Amino acid sequence: MLNQLIKQAAADVAAPSRRGFLKGAGGALVLGAMLPRTGFASEAAAPKVVGPADPRPQAFIRIAADDTVTVLVKHLDKGQGIMTGLTTIVAEELDADWAQMRGAFAPADGALYANHFFGIQGTGGSTAVANSWDELRMAGAAARAMLVATAAARWSVPASSVTVEKGVVRHAASNRSARFGELAEDAAKLPVPQNVALKDAKDYTLIGNPSLHRLDHVSKTDGTAIFAMDIRRPGQVTAVMARSPRFGGTVKSVDAAAAKRVPGVLEVLTVPRGVAVVAKNTWAAMKGREALTVEWDDAKAEMRGTDEMIADYRKLADQPGNVATNTGEAEKALAGAAKVVEAEFVFPYLAHAPMEPLNATVELTPDGGCTIWAGSQFQGVEQKVVAAMLGCKPEQVVINTVWAGGSFGRRATTDADYIAEAVSIAKAYGGKAPVHLVWTREDDIHGGRYRPLFLHKVKAGLDASGTLVAWRQKIVGQSFMSGTPFEAVMVKNGVDATSVEGSSDMAYAVPNLYVDLQSPASPVTTLWWRSVGHTHTAYAKEVMIDELAAAAGKDPVAFRLEMLKDHPRLLGVLKLAAEKAGWGGQPLPKGKGRGIAVHESFSSFVAHVAEVSVDDKGRITIDRVVCAVDCGQVVNPNIVEAQISGGTGWAIGHALRDEITLTGGLVDQSNFDTYQPLRNSEMPPVEVHILPSAARPTGVGEPGVPTAAPAVANAVFAATGKRLHHLPFTRSGMV
Amino acid sequence: MIRLNINGQDRDVDVPGDMPLLWVLRDELNLTGTKFGCGIAQCGACTVHMDGTPVRACQTPAESAAGTKITTIEGVSGKAAEAVQAAWQKLDVVQCGYCQSGQIMSAVALLTDNRNPTDDDIDAAMDGNVCRCATYPRIRAAIKDAAKAMGA
Repeated sequence: MLNQLIKQAAADVAAPSRRGFLKGAGGALVLGAMLPRTGFASEAAAPKVVGPADPRPQAFIRIAADDTVTVLVKHLDKGQGIMTGLTTIVAEELDADWAQMRGAFAPADGALYANHFFGIQGTGGSTAVANSWDELRMAGAAARAMLVATAAARWSVPASSVTVEKGVVRHAASNRSARFGELAEDAAKLPVPQNVALKDAKDYTLIGNPSLHRLDHVSKTDGTAIFAMDIRRPGQVTAVMARSPRFGGTVKSVDAAAAKRVPGVLEVLTVPRGVAVVAKNTWAAMKGREALTVEWDDAKAEMRGTDEMIADYRKLADQPGNVATNTGEAEKALAGAAKVVEAEFVFPYLAHAPMEPLNATVELTPDGGCTIWAGSQFQGVEQKVVAAMLGCKPEQVVINTVWAGGSFGRRATTDADYIAEAVSIAKAYGGKAPVHLVWTREDDIHGGRYRPLFLHKVKAGLDASGTLVAWRQKIVGQSFMSGTPFEAVMVKNGVDATSVEGSSDMAYAVPNLYVDLQSPASPVTTLWWRSVGHTHTAYAKEVMIDELAAAAGKDPVAFRLEMLKDHPRLLGVLKLAAEKAGWGGQPLPKGKGRGIAVHESFSSFVAHVAEVSVDDKGRITIDRVVCAVDCGQVVNPNIVEAQISGGTGWAIGHALRDEITLTGGLVDQSNFDTYQPLRNSEMPPVEVHILPSAARPTGVGEPGVPTAAPAVANAVFAATGKRLHHLPFTRSGMV
Repeated sequence: MIRLNINGQDRDVDVPGDMPLLWVLRDELNLTGTKFGCGIAQCGACTVHMDGTPVRACQTPAESAAGTKITTIEGVSGKAAEAVQAAWQKLDVVQCGYCQSGQIMSAVALLTDNRNPTDDDIDAAMDGNVCRCATYPRIRAAIKDAAKAMGA
């Protein structure tokens, strides 16, 4: 059944052109920003307009009589601040007053709200600003023109003599003015102008303004912001699920007698993913699940532990893989190299563990569809998958997107995951009441969809002058695109682009570059995790480059500069981070070290410098982090700073000690006591320096992640001479 | 029936005595500002005040809360609360925001007892509150900003 759903979703995902969304983006379905160095890596390659060429203010802007302007935001805000950013773009072109601006999540409607890079409605790949930039500027400018035309007609003056400033439409000569709310109703009756002039960046007052507050800064500090977990529908019941403790296990038998005796438990239902306990409240559902006896069939389950998987991967890495890139003759160049450096890197499974455990509320509707409340990230997928489950049309699946308590990739799934699970329970419950499915933290940590376990073997050679002449990289790890609707786009010649991005397309000038990939299958489910392939490829690349610099006897910054001559934006962040960190200045005392890393991801450019202290026991303290970012035109510098700083904390927290391990197929970790998040006292000061840029805006949700951990690892090397090849660092002898 | 005093009001709830206060607040009283994050007192998202002291509601059985005064994010008030919430807003601390009720409740308790916390004091008071978005630098800055505002 699942396969059928996926096929159905695939068919729909593959045929978005009927809606003509992608005309402006070049006519092809591209998961643009998820592909390596895509989107618009260079200005020359950038499309003139992302999305439809005509302004659509009616899709995005609501002006009320009370003068408030609400922007319908088609992207999920899971903390990255996109509600604020996208609202700012509209406000700028509208010449609105920031105080009158509001944001609201758009409904699920692929015809109006598709992500132009995906062809379906969804958020991911740090695409939100890049994707909405043209569409919202045009919408704002068109709405402004319509307000101006309305005022001009009302006052019988030429439109060219009417100005707009901070939400007031004015005719100076006759000293007349009107507020948006007074004009909106008539303005909405006008035809939408097809050609609108957009502002010049030098005239921006809101875009790039560091003093604008986030739209959610009050509701998230007084407890009033509503997350999916807070949805309360009349008569709703709560469900928790018992799922196979091993990946790939299925239900063999259920004894629900004791569970049903727990006060508050209403029903115990077997559904495709396991056994659901439906109860009056969350506590009763949890107690009911504890009382449940389920026997699982492990015939198709993963029974290996991660140590065995790593050993299997190590053997595979010595076999030929599917070629991701092959320039020059790497083997020959390695054979002739003056110096060869080799390393094996291991990257563990990692859980996303967003603060808000996964949950969704589903209410079946009399028309055969349903209404869903969730921190929905892939509305386009969810509507199609759920419609197939219920036998209704996708548009009968109404999705109310609400604030999400983090995601880091976890909520964007190609099979609707926990939302489909919630629908399966609501269906099995017969529509008697709205069902709120709640995952516990243990469910989350055990629940898979991990950043895949990866093993890289890298061998690189220097010539006699210390110039990098050859690089051979063998990558082994599961593909999470394989078997999904995205496979056709993302997997080419056996190479999942998300497994090799950042390696196969590395910017360093290497005349002989060979990267191959093997994607062994396992029932352990995997998924993109904040910055996707770059989580491991940037680490292997930047640590390896550092080792090569040491082998060449060159300064790590100078060595990188030499090899990035054709990459001005990487050079820009590398130089800025080094300068701000005082690279090459005062040497650090014994036991301290400084490390650097630079990388491009999601068409943004980031460099990190870390300063660390390492004590005799191998305990790492990160004293200071300096970061430089080039993400093109900045919409909100305050949010860019927060995202890059937060991405830094995310990366180093996991690198220090986090891993999901399996023993006999069972996950060893279960909650924040064993999968230990970074805590306040461990967060280093992070300085973020933003390069001024007139380039098209690109994302910042993910690009702060890839370089943080390798910068720390390189700093540990500088302090101790020790290389950290096996993550987390606790696996490389650190504590 | 258990009588609880929540945000200054007596509330009678018909729940098992071992039901954690977290679920009483969220499921019985519809006070959803207090969040469920881990259920084992490891993340602090459910932090509330019991007679002014920060406690993790997920590990506080309802019966043990009887006879105490419970304050949640919906009812927190006073000089420290005002200063903390104002500082959080001024510095745009929040990202996803899900942990922030708990962060604020911990910070308010800290500043109520200690008008001039050092970095070590902040570490001790705030390390039980996890933020997966890593808003930690702004949390620290906001606590210092609030302390300054309270002293002024």
